[in-house]
Amino acid sequence: MTDKSINLRVGGEAGQGLDAMGEILARALVRQGSEVVVTRDYQSRIRGGHNTYDVRTGTGRILAPREKFDLILAMNEETAAIDGPALKDNGLILVDEKTNAESDRIVKIPLQELAEARYRNVAALAVLAAAIGLGREILTRAARDRFAKAPEAADGNAEAIGKAFKWAASAAGLEGKKLPAPEVKEKRLLLNGNQAIALGALSSGLKFYSFYPMTPATSIGLTLASAMKTMDVVVEQAEDEIAAINMALGASFTGAPAMVGTSGGGFALMTEGVSLAAMAEIPAVIAISQRPGPATGLPASTEQADLEFALHAGHGEFPRAVYAPGTVEQCFHLTRAAFQTAEKFRGPVIILTDQFLADSFRAVLPFDLDRCPPISVGMGNRADSSPYKSYALTESGASPRLLPGMSDALVGADSDEHDEFGHISEDPEVRRQMADKRLKKGEGMLGEAIGPDYHGPPDADLLLVCWGSTLGSAIEAASMARDKGVSAAVMHFSQVWPLRKDEIISAMGKARRIVALEGNATAQFARLLRRETGVEIKDFILRYDGYPITPEYVLRELG
Amino acid sequence: MPETRDYGQYETAWCPGCGNHSILAALKSALARMDLAARDVLLVSGIGQAAKTPHYLDCNFFNGLHGRSLPAAAAAKAANPALTVIAESGDGCSYGEGGNHFLAAIRRNPDITLIVHDNQVYGLTKGQASPTSPEGFVTKAQPLGATSSPFNPLAVAVAMEASFVARGFAGNQESLADLMVRAVTHRGFALLDVLQPCVTFNRINTWRFYQERCVEIKDHDPADWEKAMRLARQWGDEIPIGVIFKREKPTFADHFPALKKGPLVNKPVDLEALKKFMESFA
Repeated sequence: MTDKSINLRVGGEAGQGLDAMGEILARALVRQGSEVVVTRDYQSRIRGGHNTYDVRTGTGRILAPREKFDLILAMNEETAAIDGPALKDNGLILVDEKTNAESDRIVKIPLQELAEARYRNVAALAVLAAAIGLGREILTRAARDRFAKAPEAADGNAEAIGKAFKWAASAAGLEGKKLPAPEVKEKRLLLNGNQAIALGALSSGLKFYSFYPMTPATSIGLTLASAMKTMDVVVEQAEDEIAAINMALGASFTGAPAMVGTSGGGFALMTEGVSLAAMAEIPAVIAISQRPGPATGLPASTEQADLEFALHAGHGEFPRAVYAPGTVEQCFHLTRAAFQTAEKFRGPVIILTDQFLADSFRAVLPFDLDRCPPISVGMGNRADSSPYKSYALTESGASPRLLPGMSDALVGADSDEHDEFGHISEDPEVRRQMADKRLKKGEGMLGEAIGPDYHGPPDADLLLVCWGSTLGSAIEAASMARDKGVSAAVMHFSQVWPLRKDEIISAMGKARRIVALEGNATAQFARLLRRETGVEIKDFILRYDGYPITPEYVLRELG
Repeated sequence: MPETRDYGQYETAWCPGCGNHSILAALKSALARMDLAARDVLLVSGIGQAAKTPHYLDCNFFNGLHGRSLPAAAAAKAANPALTVIAESGDGCSYGEGGNHFLAAIRRNPDITLIVHDNQVYGLTKGQASPTSPEGFVTKAQPLGATSSPFNPLAVAVAMEASFVARGFAGNQESLADLMVRAVTHRGFALLDVLQPCVTFNRINTWRFYQERCVEIKDHDPADWEKAMRLARQWGDEIPIGVIFKREKPTFADHFPALKKGPLVNKPVDLEALKKFMESFA
């Protein structure tokens, strides 16, 4: 199958408005019915550097980023030089006419003639749009929406777009790959992974979100904060991540569904709170958007290396659930699952995403919110007049939850080992019972765990095993392998803990070659699978240079 | 109207003669005077001997982690403003491990009260120097004497113009209960630092030490910041007890549109608003 998608790159330095340009482009594409997969590569700085905003677009199933570009809009000389090799043979590089770069693939735009300085980036974007056949009006509308709060800028950009299209109509050499006719008529959202987590949380009934800013998780908080004027939600920037999780636990204990969001380094500070959520049995949803570590690592890049950390964070023994969305839609639905699991089993639940998915905009059908009810918190009142036991021993281990101040019952939470009322106890029998009670909840979580998805022909010879954000690249790589005659399929885990052993072993089928696909250096998930199922995967495709795994990367590594 | 005994009577893990006993008694008496039913009170604590207080009276309680009572308490109050939220812990928990949260709570100004059992020593871990121990304070962990100068929570709070700053003494239960009532009924973050002897590990700041020095503050307008600063820094032959500083200001909850419409608890999801929000991404 030949790839009919168009791969676009806008590159330049921080401060040139790449995000605005990329988002205007992606929004216009989605509105006119195309698919998009956005990959953002930026550096941990406010000005300068080499940043890119990639949009792969077209029709049909477009699930992953690609490495070669049909069109590169280079906003500076450095981009033209660095990204030149990433251009396809018949591709084009668009640059300002003053740029010192020569090649028969370069088209120079007289940006100074087209717009005054502050609108030149959008003028350049308009030339790119014209080159692929994206309509002027739809681009203008997306630009106007972006600058809705600044009418002057909206007008200025609209004018620049008009002039740029006019110039492009008669420009020499601006012949490139054209957008295929759109197939989708429905209205869709332009949504990235973090925004979908925020939406999923709000639909679950999120009332309290606390965070300390940390790339690439910050945009969850920013999205929620932008809802504060119209939705009943409190978003608070805490003094540190320790405060953030303890605030969430205070709010959740009192009855406000709560979530925190951070990256690995911030989660390191939160771990005592994870342990507290388990011991005090307080629902807590924790979104971790991974970036490469250790320590500060690569602040604005992607990696899947905090799996083992998420699995083991927090001292002591206790159950947890860890979800790992593979798509923007899964970010929404698994966040909802996380809230349900946290409430039902009264403890910590983790959503493990990463910079690639966090920032990756996709075209998403609106969620059917009427069918997405919020969680019900606690159990209201009760008929029984005996003293309420906050940690009543039950068959399932989960104790019915009352909320403080909402009935005559007195409700307790305790970080010490405690009796059923929540009062400190050092009695060895109480200790054993309470430890068993907490672990018992893990069996319930296992019963509700989401098993792996299988994509491709049954009993394929080659099975790519992956988790989290690598799903799209795995599916496209398998499809490309099939085009070459290899019977290939994908097994994807959107929940990485707990794991249902038997289901996994039988789903692995008769594959002759099983390859683990992971964005880390040590094949963490493959090792987890071996520990839990006994299945040893010996073949790995790993990536840990800060970039997302692409289909081409997979094919190269497969050999 | 509830009486002191309505908050229960429990066996404690505290040493005989410990100041914690009278702080607990003062707290029950203050709650009764404010006519607060146990179901409407939430005590939040960290870890330490003082932090066990919530286990020794009938109320809702959140006995969290060392140093972390304030963030949990501030958020609990935001979630359900109908609850009277009191954080109670020791000097190590509140000013050492929780130092950053102490500063943030003053700035954030949630409508909660922080009662600090300040005995200038770590009791539960058996006698190490605390953030409020005097320099040179000798312990097994600091055999050469504490090497850091003591933290003055009141001066810091006054410097930051905290909403309510007071000092109490465990040896005067009645005046302490009175200060607790004033702190809890104050709208905003109220700090009540309570001087309290540790009869086991602190041989310097004894009952007698305080009885000879603690003097009730008289003729002071708590709005007078400069005098408040002098009182907060006064430590020696006379140690002032009472309300040192007060300033009305917006509380944490006042800033959030969601909280102006009542508690977050039991608040349904506004489906129409959510749909509109979702459509803003189209």
